Amino acid sequence: MPSGSDPKPAIRVEDLSITYRTPIERKPTLRTMLVRAGRRERLVAEIDAVKNVSFEVPRGSVLGVVGANGAGKSTLVRSIAGILPPTSGRVEVNGRVSTLLALGVGFNRKLTGRENVVLGGLAAGWSRDELAEKYDEIVKFAELKKFMDYPMRTYSSGMYGRLAFSVAVTMDPDILLIDEALSVGDARFKRKSFRRMRKLCEQNRTVVLVSHALQSIKDLCDHAIWMHEGELRMWDDPESVIDAYTEFLEVGEDAVTMEDV
Amino acid sequence: MTTQAPHRLEDEFTSEHHVYEPHKVGLPPIGSYVRELWRRREFAVELARTNLRSQHFNTVFGQLWLVINPLLLAAVYFVLVDILRSGSRGPEFFAHLMAGLFAYYFVQQSLNQGVRSVVSGGRLILNTAFPRALLPISSVITAFLRFVPTFLIYIPVHFLSGLSVGPQTLWLIPILAILAVFAMGVTMLVAAGQVYVRDLKNFLPYATRIWLYSTPILYYSHEVPDRYDWILTVNPLASIISAWSTVIDTNHAPALNDVLIGTAWAVGVFLVAAVFFVSREREFAVRL
Repeated sequence: MPSGSDPKPAIRVEDLSITYRTPIERKPTLRTMLVRAGRRERLVAEIDAVKNVSFEVPRGSVLGVVGANGAGKSTLVRSIAGILPPTSGRVEVNGRVSTLLALGVGFNRKLTGRENVVLGGLAAGWSRDELAEKYDEIVKFAELKKFMDYPMRTYSSGMYGRLAFSVAVTMDPDILLIDEALSVGDARFKRKSFRRMRKLCEQNRTVVLVSHALQSIKDLCDHAIWMHEGELRMWDDPESVIDAYTEFLEVGEDAVTMEDV
Repeated sequence: MTTQAPHRLEDEFTSEHHVYEPHKVGLPPIGSYVRELWRRREFAVELARTNLRSQHFNTVFGQLWLVINPLLLAAVYFVLVDILRSGSRGPEFFAHLMAGLFAYYFVQQSLNQGVRSVVSGGRLILNTAFPRALLPISSVITAFLRFVPTFLIYIPVHFLSGLSVGPQTLWLIPILAILAVFAMGVTMLVAAGQVYVRDLKNFLPYATRIWLYSTPILYYSHEVPDRYDWILTVNPLASIISAWSTVIDTNHAPALNDVLIGTAWAVGVFLVAAVFFVSREREFAVRL
């Protein structure tokens, strides 16, 4: 893939590596720490989630990210969002970022949809006025008018995804980061969200789309990257990347992989 | 570059141009951090309100319980102490106990809410870049919103027990501010601590109970025997609550000593906690 053509791309990732050091147990407690200190062992997993990855995303294009589970796709996108700091390397982002990471608006399922939208928006730095202005648009796009005052635990995963998507695209981002979001929602909503993303691209916005739905990637993206075990395997046009990826998976382009898995 | 609202500031969280580079545990630029924090103050307030609402404090009985619970505790403690003192306590002691207890509960509530604030904000933290200090700040606001109605209940008790007010009563406001700064500090400590040690919240009730007993609330600070004087010296809350009680009980200005030591503790704890919290907060996303 040619690089360096655009002097100021929307996203430039240079030699990025991200390594976590996390305790292996799910919940680190004092008790387990003491027991472990007594045995003089330290169980810390070192995970190289992303290794020496470099690529750039030109303004106004859609980048698809494919790869098996645990390939480092989500970590990569989180570092572009500025949520995870790089261990080495550099990420440069030009534009206002809106994230839709693993369907993350509903951070508190006990709260209603409305409360989640308001809190999420305020945390992302919206003002009350902006929020009031955009609230109706969000609800309308998500088609959830009836459900906004119900706690989010009563939502189906499709409704959840619809709301998350609506919030992210309504934020009017220069750069939209979407992680695994398109596999939710029914066919109609999916078409609607495609159209919305296309529209964002026409407005010279940039989209990074992480998905297992290979057909979506083919349809929507201008370029694609394939992540494998933290490394960048390939960076090319979507057809070639997906051909190589499906061949690697040895599944071929059958209906199951091309549809949303 | 496309349209940009004029109020968007150049900073770490929302600017049009971001560069993320590796950093060791360290502080982000303080100026822009504080500016961002201030810009999103609405978030902290809204989160506090939503928290109260989800605890049903927007209903009549919820509100009532908010007041009855500390009132009952004050009554129970009064009877307990009065029995131990062979029935020598008068109504002015009840006022002292109640006012002290409610001020203490402000700190305790901040801690109880705050210890969960970061860990339960998991999804938000994983998906949105914002100053994480907003979460413990919101806990302190929640605790303050719970404190206000209890203080209103205290006012009639104050007069009924024969205590008076005067210009010196205004001292309560700066003292409360010192208490809030202190609460902010300890709340950030436990909020960040909980990320690393998940059973912190299980120890917290014991810690706050012992802390209550070692603070001059269930007794007057001048009654503490010499051999236990050190407890008041090492307890940061002792000076602040002593100052508070002096104003409540005697309608005099608090001892300068108490105010100065209390302020020093509050500011000191706040600064240490803020540095600890803010320098670690970028790690939270990995730890949750």
